[in-house]
Amino acid sequence: MYVYDEFDRTLLNERVAEFRDQIKRRLSGELTEEEFRPLRLMNGTYLQLHAYMLRISIPYGTISSKQMRMLAYVARRYDRGYGHFTTRQNIQFHWIKLEELPDAMADLASVGLHGMQTSGNCVRNISTDQWAGVARDEIEDPRLYAEILRQHLTIHPEFSFLPRKFKIGVTGAMPDRAAVRMHDLGLWLKRSETGEIGFEVAVGGGLGRTPYLAQTIKPFLPRRDLLGYVEAILRVYNQYGRRDNVWKARIKILVHALGAEKFAQEVEAEFQSAKEYSPVLDDTLIAEIAGRFAYPDYDKLADNPAELQAGFRDERFRAWYFNAVSPHRVPGYAIVTISLKPEGMTPGDCTADKMELLADLADRYCFGELRNGHEQNLCLPSVRQRDLHELWLKLDAAELALANVNLITDIIACPGLDYCSLANARAIPVAMEITRRFANLELQRNIGRLHINISGCINACGHHHIGHIGILGVEKNDQEFYQITLGGKADENARLGTLIGPAVPYDKVADIVEDIVAAYIELRARPDEIFVDTVKRVGIQPFKDRVYAVH
Amino acid sequence: MTSPLDQKLRIDGPVAITANRLTDGAVIHRARQGGWTTDLAAALVVTTSEEAIALLKEAAGQGTLVVGDYAAPVEIAVDGKILPGNLRERIRCAGPTFELPRVPVGV
Repeated sequence: MYVYDEFDRTLLNERVAEFRDQIKRRLSGELTEEEFRPLRLMNGTYLQLHAYMLRISIPYGTISSKQMRMLAYVARRYDRGYGHFTTRQNIQFHWIKLEELPDAMADLASVGLHGMQTSGNCVRNISTDQWAGVARDEIEDPRLYAEILRQHLTIHPEFSFLPRKFKIGVTGAMPDRAAVRMHDLGLWLKRSETGEIGFEVAVGGGLGRTPYLAQTIKPFLPRRDLLGYVEAILRVYNQYGRRDNVWKARIKILVHALGAEKFAQEVEAEFQSAKEYSPVLDDTLIAEIAGRFAYPDYDKLADNPAELQAGFRDERFRAWYFNAVSPHRVPGYAIVTISLKPEGMTPGDCTADKMELLADLADRYCFGELRNGHEQNLCLPSVRQRDLHELWLKLDAAELALANVNLITDIIACPGLDYCSLANARAIPVAMEITRRFANLELQRNIGRLHINISGCINACGHHHIGHIGILGVEKNDQEFYQITLGGKADENARLGTLIGPAVPYDKVADIVEDIVAAYIELRARPDEIFVDTVKRVGIQPFKDRVYAVH
Repeated sequence: MTSPLDQKLRIDGPVAITANRLTDGAVIHRARQGGWTTDLAAALVVTTSEEAIALLKEAAGQGTLVVGDYAAPVEIAVDGKILPGNLRERIRCAGPTFELPRVPVGV
């Protein structure tokens, strides 16, 4: 965990005081809505269909038990007893009252949480791998660089009014668990042949109306140049990005219009011209920030302890273990994914009582630390293997020991028309119905890894383009219809899904998913050929034939 | 540029003037008795763009009460009951179309 200092606390408290004054002036009429709207957005406050929504960032998905307890408190005290974990390592409260918002913000600030830069045309919350720092396949902990970028780009005057929002994803591992190719700026930690640490830099990714994967413009950027080079990218974007058309304002449009090569030349020229004045990320500065990360004091343990072996006698524990538990870089420890996708419930929702229980379990079993990832699940990153069965019993009692991680019911879905004023169609009830159809865990296991992503509008907060099965809600004559795409994926070999045909009505979506899955079972070459690989091998036509022949 | 309030408003059927309450974001409607109501049944329904524009102009002067006001379609049932005119308005009036997460009693 990064340990905030007095500077951070002062910054947050000043921001809360400023926003409190702005809200007071709005309520008194001193500020019009037109004047107030950009101010509330800068603090993560949206007006949705039937209430205000507050979006709180969880930088690089790392959250302490103390912070989780505060989220639970805010959910109860100011909201309706639950929060919604999003696809970008944020949490949203959907029923916040404007008049109570300053107090909620002050409570959140007391544990270092805030809504700054979770909205508006600025650099948003920097996301990363939820297994950062504990994954076996990692070059270095990416949170160090995410934190350095966060500090540098928070309330940065030059980059607070970009043409449009700007999302950065950074990872230190392969495979890519952070969907880095979908970001405006994607950074992969790399090691050069001489052992130097640096980054592969890709720009222009993003979903929404015009989906693109980020293109690499620098195969290896030495880490000392990170800040200067990112500044150069933002400066080129600030200069050339379109401000005349909101639908063409993202950096992906600029990169596509110029071409990645030309864009890279522009960035390089800017970087070289400003190099003399650019911030340098030298070893001293890196060491200073790294020194503020408090890492767990791991015990020296062996893998596969007797307690774990004994636990395997319990079949349900074994099923959960092989689905939700992953290898840790430290012997004797494990990473536990906690699925927030129970049957018939909203993907990513978590009640206050569950947040508190998880905070208690994090204290007892995981050095007081939790994570959240873009799949809208939580994670206990460092659990002793010998404690896994005991932990599972407690999770299971609270209905939190779901064994559906990465299976067909582990659905990503945006809030959709049930909450969001931008949405055209509902996403959550579609997800709920699919989870009911595939509730049988044996069936899910037989199907294997399959990601369904659902968005309620073209803005694609549910990342439908990169779902193995993507579902996009559209509106036709006041009715909800859904476009289905197949073959998308979010990992290091990311690709966008292909539309299979005309949109289908709301009440047919789950039937069609069943048809697609049935076709896959027949078409797969082997039981371990996962859905997305079958789609890649056979194309979409066999699925299309099945879906449109039946319906 | 023409002010939104001076632009033409096309209305194809009955509408209610709807908005969110500034203090808490709750959905409210211009009431028949004047003022604003959370109950659509008590909403003032108009059928011409002139009436709707006049009401929106009034709402524009009530910025400390309402935010995001617009003319929303409604349906008038056989028994005279006022119903939301589309799914979006039904959700605005009644909330999400599924049961919200269960919160333990006493919390």
